[in-house]
Amino acid sequence: MSFIINLAYFAAAVLFIVGLKQMASPVTARRGIVWAGWGMVLATVVTFLHPEVVGFVNYLLILLGIGIGGSLAWYTGKRVAMTDMPQMIALYNGMGGGAAAGIGIVALMQADTLAWTTQFIAVLGIIIGSVAFSGSLIAFAKLQGLIKKSIRFDRQQKINLGVLGGTLLLGLIIAFSGSQVNGTLLLLFVLLALAFGVLMTIPIGGADMPVIISLYNALTGLAVGFKGLVLDNAALMIAGVVVGSAGTLLTQLMAKAMNRPLSNVLFSQFGETATEEQGEITGTLKPIEASDAGIMMAYANKVIIVPGYGMAVAQAQHKIWELTQRLQERGVDVKFAIHPVAGRMPGHMNVLLAEAGVPYDLIYDLDEINTEFKTADVAVVIGANDVVNPVARTNPESPIYGMPILNVDEAKNVIVIKRGKGAGFSGVENHLFYADNTRMLYGDGQKVAGELVAAVKGLG
Amino acid sequence: MIEGFVALYIFMLAAFTGYEVISKVPVILHTPLMSGSNFVHGIVLVGTMVALGHAETGMQQLVGFVAVILAAGNAVGGYVVTERMLEMFKSSKGNQ
Repeated sequence: MSFIINLAYFAAAVLFIVGLKQMASPVTARRGIVWAGWGMVLATVVTFLHPEVVGFVNYLLILLGIGIGGSLAWYTGKRVAMTDMPQMIALYNGMGGGAAAGIGIVALMQADTLAWTTQFIAVLGIIIGSVAFSGSLIAFAKLQGLIKKSIRFDRQQKINLGVLGGTLLLGLIIAFSGSQVNGTLLLLFVLLALAFGVLMTIPIGGADMPVIISLYNALTGLAVGFKGLVLDNAALMIAGVVVGSAGTLLTQLMAKAMNRPLSNVLFSQFGETATEEQGEITGTLKPIEASDAGIMMAYANKVIIVPGYGMAVAQAQHKIWELTQRLQERGVDVKFAIHPVAGRMPGHMNVLLAEAGVPYDLIYDLDEINTEFKTADVAVVIGANDVVNPVARTNPESPIYGMPILNVDEAKNVIVIKRGKGAGFSGVENHLFYADNTRMLYGDGQKVAGELVAAVKGLG
Repeated sequence: MIEGFVALYIFMLAAFTGYEVISKVPVILHTPLMSGSNFVHGIVLVGTMVALGHAETGMQQLVGFVAVILAAGNAVGGYVVTERMLEMFKSSKGNQ
């Protein structure tokens, strides 16, 4: 029996890795998640035969637990809007972290059967899992708009350090307390670890949340890997550690794309310098009507569209795709340029465009398209701001200086579709809006996009 | 029993595998991929099943039960949202 179980776990591990590998290309990505899904089904089913799973009540509880958790997640996962995807991933990830911590807690309650090394690893896993759990819940609450402010107070970092120190100390005491772990101490330890996750996450602003979610994703992976060690289960070890390292790399890529070193995200306070003077602004804001903008695009050879999260908030992506199709019918070369942090998370904008029906081969990322703006007749910026702000290239004083941006200002004409005047997420004035070749098209994104479609259609 | 050094080898090789598999991913897939890797650590479900499976006291059963609920949420939720996202990706050359 144990041979069959081990074989199934082995197959699951292979399916996970192959599945992840296939997810690396848009052509095979769909198949990848399905394969990984079968791996999960296989591993779960075979675990019912596991020799350590005993007792009728326990079997019943397992089935009930899977039923409750699974159906709740199924229901919410099917219904969540694509714009809310980042916080949903955070929520599911937090659940995984909490589950990993739970395994550790149960293991420590049965400490008489554990070696001290196992006990130590269980403690580590509880810390990491608990932090990922409570931290992810805070990240979810922030992105969902349940917590609106970044909460900061005096001597915050010292207090955080103190809580972490206390958690580690209690953890060490528990790890080396032998076969009988004090229940009260264990409870206190878990609560402190949870508190640290909360404290660590509340001061971080919404713009940095994707990096944090990704970090917690990696941490959960690591916690799961540790639990694999505690339970002597290679499938957990491999899947957990693969996610742990992949997640770490993904976190680094995101932090790099946002020009925010991970240490800055965790320990600094973004936005406080942003209200300072950003240098002289020359030029004026020059408005344009949708009908004129439509004609400009219709007679262009090449149009590059730069969508930002504002487009998705206005639900304008369907109209933008319609506009693209009308322009393509007229022989205009239309491309989409996506900044790594467009949307709320790298790749989020691609998901939103895909939802509207935009094929992925029209979508280019920063490195692929940045040299093409020079040859574009019209660049259309819709709902994006900081990622096209030239001060990131020119002004070392600016808080966004050094962030890679899309060189929209190099296009012959720039049309900026914007709800109203005002600065972007970082609070920095955008010099692009004042440039000679820029025209401002004010209004709700969806409405304006509709007017543009009508303008292009009107030309016959 | 996975002996100490064998465990260490597994950890090391798995870490490199994860790094290599992800390093060639285009930015357009970063969000589905984070979601996909989130699904993969839903394997924690297997661990929670074993933990609850040999729970001895009521307290252990309670903690294990909550853990199973959370883990099932991780696995099922992670799968559903990843599949929904990836389903939408299509090429202009393919069938629309």
